[in-house]
Amino acid sequence: MSQVSETTVDRDIDTSHMQVSKTEVAIDVVNMHKWYGDFHVLRDINLRVMKGERIVIAGPSGSGKSTLIRCINRLEEHQEGQIIVNGTELTADLKRIDEVRREVGMVFQHFNLFPHLTILQNLTLAPIWVRGIPKAEAEATAMHYLERVKIPEQANKFPGQLSGGQQQRVAIARSLCMQPEIMLFDEPTSALDPEMVKEVLEVMISLAEDGMTMICVTHEMGFARQVANRVIFMDQGQIIEENEPEAFFSNPQHERTKLFLSQILH
Amino acid sequence: MTDIGFVRSEIVSARPAPNRSSGAIAWVRKNLFSTPLDTALTILGVVFLAWIIPPLYGFFFGNAVPPGGTVEQCRLENAGACWAYIAAEMEFFIYGFYPAQEFWRPNLVFALGALLLAPLLIPKVPYKRTNAVLLFVVYPVVSYILLAGGLFGLRVVPTEQWGGLLVTLIISVVGITLSFPIGVVLALGRQSQLPIIKTVCVMFIELIRAVPLITILFMASVMLPLFMPQGTTVDKFLRALVGVTLFTSAYVAEVVRGGLQAIPRGQYEAAAALGLGYWKRMGFIILPQALKHVIPGIVNNFIALFKDTSLVYIVGMRDLLEAVKTKNDSAIEWQSANTATTGYIFAAMVFWVFCFGMSRYSIFMEHRLNTGYKR
Repeated sequence: MSQVSETTVDRDIDTSHMQVSKTEVAIDVVNMHKWYGDFHVLRDINLRVMKGERIVIAGPSGSGKSTLIRCINRLEEHQEGQIIVNGTELTADLKRIDEVRREVGMVFQHFNLFPHLTILQNLTLAPIWVRGIPKAEAEATAMHYLERVKIPEQANKFPGQLSGGQQQRVAIARSLCMQPEIMLFDEPTSALDPEMVKEVLEVMISLAEDGMTMICVTHEMGFARQVANRVIFMDQGQIIEENEPEAFFSNPQHERTKLFLSQILH
Repeated sequence: MTDIGFVRSEIVSARPAPNRSSGAIAWVRKNLFSTPLDTALTILGVVFLAWIIPPLYGFFFGNAVPPGGTVEQCRLENAGACWAYIAAEMEFFIYGFYPAQEFWRPNLVFALGALLLAPLLIPKVPYKRTNAVLLFVVYPVVSYILLAGGLFGLRVVPTEQWGGLLVTLIISVVGITLSFPIGVVLALGRQSQLPIIKTVCVMFIELIRAVPLITILFMASVMLPLFMPQGTTVDKFLRALVGVTLFTSAYVAEVVRGGLQAIPRGQYEAAAALGLGYWKRMGFIILPQALKHVIPGIVNNFIALFKDTSLVYIVGMRDLLEAVKTKNDSAIEWQSANTATTGYIFAAMVFWVFCFGMSRYSIFMEHRLNTGYKR
């Protein structure tokens, strides 16, 4: 588990806006199963995420954590059970899928910026063509989020000219420009040099402080401790254990969780 | 501190790179005479050029009969290329049997085409959208009316009378502009999840690619009328156009498919995750990158199409090459040893100019579009 790190950001977290709703459900996954061909990759997943929750999903590679969050915006299709995002159930209906994707931002391990567009164009494309926002307004919003991730000066460069950490921050800003209700992070720091992990975590923490509903697949256990209100441990396609971070790290219950934690924490 | 320890005490500041030896002599030494083998090859090359250039110069310029010369000069013992013949028959090479008093019509079409195409090719010129609409929608209609006539008091000129460079250009320009979008759609269709669309596209591409262009043209002109109901005729010219276009679009489709496959899955996913629908995903994210990758392959197909237009002689049309051949065989008044050779050289030069132009422009576009990866 070489990619597991304990990078922490040296500051107190401002928890004043980090409120978890008691009534509003953001994501509801009910008895969900998924197969790749004959391989049963996700088994009986039940997960309810309330609005404002910050969830970290951990687990060994191949445990299905990425597949799970990719099912939430239907980059992967599930075969059984229900996934309801913001009250919309995901089915084969393309219109509903796009409706859900508009409200759910996603950040990928390998950034996936569009290399033929400038940073600003990367940020404004979806707001203009999906939301129908006028160009000038979309650009103003884009600059706002670029400032938030602290790289407004890169607006007219191309992704290939930026460092990995900068690219990932642009990718986060690109998702935010759609003003999503929910953000999914799929190992956002795994492809980054250690020096750059912190700048990306910093942005993610500030998002959490604003009360964003977040699901993060990550090996950053420091981030889980600082920000998450729930940690979910997965293995072999199933949720093995979930708990508040404090209890999860200090008092794991399941044998598999204990083994995993003993291997990654020293 | 231990023996193997090291701590840098001052930072080395950057300084300019050392001067490389430059100038003509250094260049010659480096590129022509750096080793004995290089020297030998250089000398051999110079000898070869000295052997080949004088006779070529003599044929093309020195002993050539310039435009305005007479056939008697072309028939002299050591006469070179008979440019006088080309100049005298130029009208036939350009217009075929198009009636001479109506030459202003194709000329206007040529001029309008150049006028609309040039600003579209130069990136800095504004109004690209208006320009494109004019060129791709208005211009074909205007051109057709001008060339074929029958409207606004223009005399009807049947396509049988069209010929020469005019036919070559019409077939290749129409073929290129239609086969490109059709090819892109076929490539997307071949990647489609929808089984019927996919099957139709695969069958079309595989059928067309497995048949020589000559066969397609031949089938279009000979077989097609047999299947058509009695009395209906489709213009020969139109049939050739359709044949050439379908043929090239199948090839373009496969080249574009190669480009689509080069785009990482993450690009599709990132575009989808932003809520972009299929056509926007393709139009804004995937195709711009995929097409950029395959510019050389697509232009390769266009150049092949341009030269393949000369195959329309199979269905009895007189493109540039066929027009030259017709005159070579029939212009008795220009009979001389080098007449036919000069005619073919002229045709080759015209083909070369257009193909080389396309090639250079594609290289220019490749460099211009190379934004994504430049550092």
